[in-house]
Amino acid sequence: MIQPLNQNIDKDWFLEHHIMMHRIRAFEETAARANQDKLVLGAIHLSIGQEAIASGVCKNLMKEDFLLSTHRGHGHTLAKGADPEAMMLELLGRRGGICKGKGGSMHIADASVGMLGANGVVAANINIATGAAHAIKLKRETNISCCIFGDGAINRGPFLEGLNWSGVFNLPVLFVCENNGFASTTRTDAMTSGEGAAARARSMGITAIEVDGNDIVSVDEITREYIANIRNGNGPHLISFNTYRLHGHTASDPASYRPAAEVEAAWKEDPIERCSELLSRLGISREILNEHRKIALEEMERVYKTAKEAPWPSDDNAFSDVQDLGDPREGAF
Amino acid sequence: MVKMTYAEAAKLALAEEMRRDPLVWAIGEDLGRGGVFGQYLGLLNEFGPERISDAPISESAIMGASVGAAMAGTRPVVEMRFADFALCAVDELINQAAKARYMLGGQVKVPMVIREPMGMWRSSAAQHSQSLESWYTHIPGLVVAVPSTPADNRGLLKTAIRSDDPVVYLEHKNIWGYEGDVPEDETLIPFGKGRLEKEGDDITIVSWSAQMHIAANAATLLQAEGISAELIDLRTLWPWDRQMVFDSVEKTGRLLITHESVSVGGFGAEIAATVAEQLFSVLKSPITRCAAPRVPISYAPPLEAKIRVSSEQIVEAARKSVAVSAGFK
Repeated sequence: MIQPLNQNIDKDWFLEHHIMMHRIRAFEETAARANQDKLVLGAIHLSIGQEAIASGVCKNLMKEDFLLSTHRGHGHTLAKGADPEAMMLELLGRRGGICKGKGGSMHIADASVGMLGANGVVAANINIATGAAHAIKLKRETNISCCIFGDGAINRGPFLEGLNWSGVFNLPVLFVCENNGFASTTRTDAMTSGEGAAARARSMGITAIEVDGNDIVSVDEITREYIANIRNGNGPHLISFNTYRLHGHTASDPASYRPAAEVEAAWKEDPIERCSELLSRLGISREILNEHRKIALEEMERVYKTAKEAPWPSDDNAFSDVQDLGDPREGAF
Repeated sequence: MVKMTYAEAAKLALAEEMRRDPLVWAIGEDLGRGGVFGQYLGLLNEFGPERISDAPISESAIMGASVGAAMAGTRPVVEMRFADFALCAVDELINQAAKARYMLGGQVKVPMVIREPMGMWRSSAAQHSQSLESWYTHIPGLVVAVPSTPADNRGLLKTAIRSDDPVVYLEHKNIWGYEGDVPEDETLIPFGKGRLEKEGDDITIVSWSAQMHIAANAATLLQAEGISAELIDLRTLWPWDRQMVFDSVEKTGRLLITHESVSVGGFGAEIAATVAEQLFSVLKSPITRCAAPRVPISYAPPLEAKIRVSSEQIVEAARKSVAVSAGFK
């Protein structure tokens, strides 16, 4: 897709996006390999093809802003600033894992950068993110809360309850729907009445828009605009990004329920390639752009090697962080 | 000591904690007008609508938003209106609140109190009368509190609000108006410490919540016929005061547990199993449970009465237990 070239675009900013998108892609490809190597034992959900949303949204968040994500949350977590090594250690369930080996892929989190957790239950993060925004408002703080969920989530109750709540209390929260076309392995369109996330949000008085989620420029611009509105006290906003899940629901799902031609066409809209194309037209050499992928792959290779060689967590970890009632192995606990 | 009702004691505790800590706030349906049972009456005037906040009838959002608000540094006191309605927010409580701290490797805590008015009141049928306390004891990460007196309701609610973990706080609807002495200074009651309601030598009776008062009546009736019952009010079910129960059973050699909730899978079963495991050799008779039959709660008063566990039933069961004289092994 050839777009008119905006020469005023901040090249350095989008170079950083390009680097982040490649880091996410490389992390996901490495995680997929770790899955094939049978070193990631639990299910992992890859965000390959959806990197522009992760990078475009998270780069416009401050470290103090909260982020709640989904089971498909590696990219969001990385883009929010988490350390990929601690993430990979967690995926492999090893010592040094970001959740001490207790969460794995679907509960990946890094509270030190405001990332309060991926979630294994579809739509559950919507109310939690709304509540984090509620706390911000009560504490008169200036940060915001951001919730990224998939198109499947809009058919669960928390989507209605959380959005209504955010509107009622005029909360500083950005809802981001990654509409990748599939709710698990079923086409979302076939299971969704009406016009989808943005229309539903508007019906509740929430400013909402549908945007091409594979175009990093559009993602970045709309996110920045909406976040500025939210920071100015204008309440919740929702962006529904159209994208495509280039891999299956999980890393072990071949996604044979969709025609090869459809997937092939989707690859032509690969957000990273589209970003490369843009930067190339802005005068960045292909050599530099290709280097981004190489560096990202090397980084994740190192991360994987470290994770593979790391020991298991100590057994005591199974019994810590339950609640403030002492060691669960002792006495009544 | 000051005389006040069970509801007033909880209101006092909440107000004291809200004055002490600006991060404590309450959220639920109809709180502005004082709550369904008047347990928030007057608090709006002192604390304003942000901290005594009305909520839409969205249990999953009330619970879920409170999880997020707790993670983000506040201390929500969540009002579920009826324990039965908390079932609309099971994912938010069980999958999210209870486990977030663990799943995230200790990176977050979820300090929230979930107030769930429970139990049989009068002709409220099966969706407004349940006692589901045993469910929550099964879930790692939750504290379960079941106060029976005004003093305990004040002291335990304060401890619950200060807890860094989610506390399922079950107040019994039938005793909102129950009056009792409450200490004038603020006394915090720790989790896991039972209360010896009455000393005795012949049989240990363990109970909690409103059923404790029915058990107390039974203990008085038993005393009149020469059976000396020791009555323990557990006050919290997780953690629960094993030591107090063990000490008592070692003395009496007999144990009866009574609760309003269904007997099958009730917390009485956990107590019975634990005592059987630990103190089998001191038992003089089989452990007895007096609890509800496994049927939904009825509407018509005579039908509802069939489901209640009466003092007379407890007396009868205690008599049988004591009648086993020389041990049953």
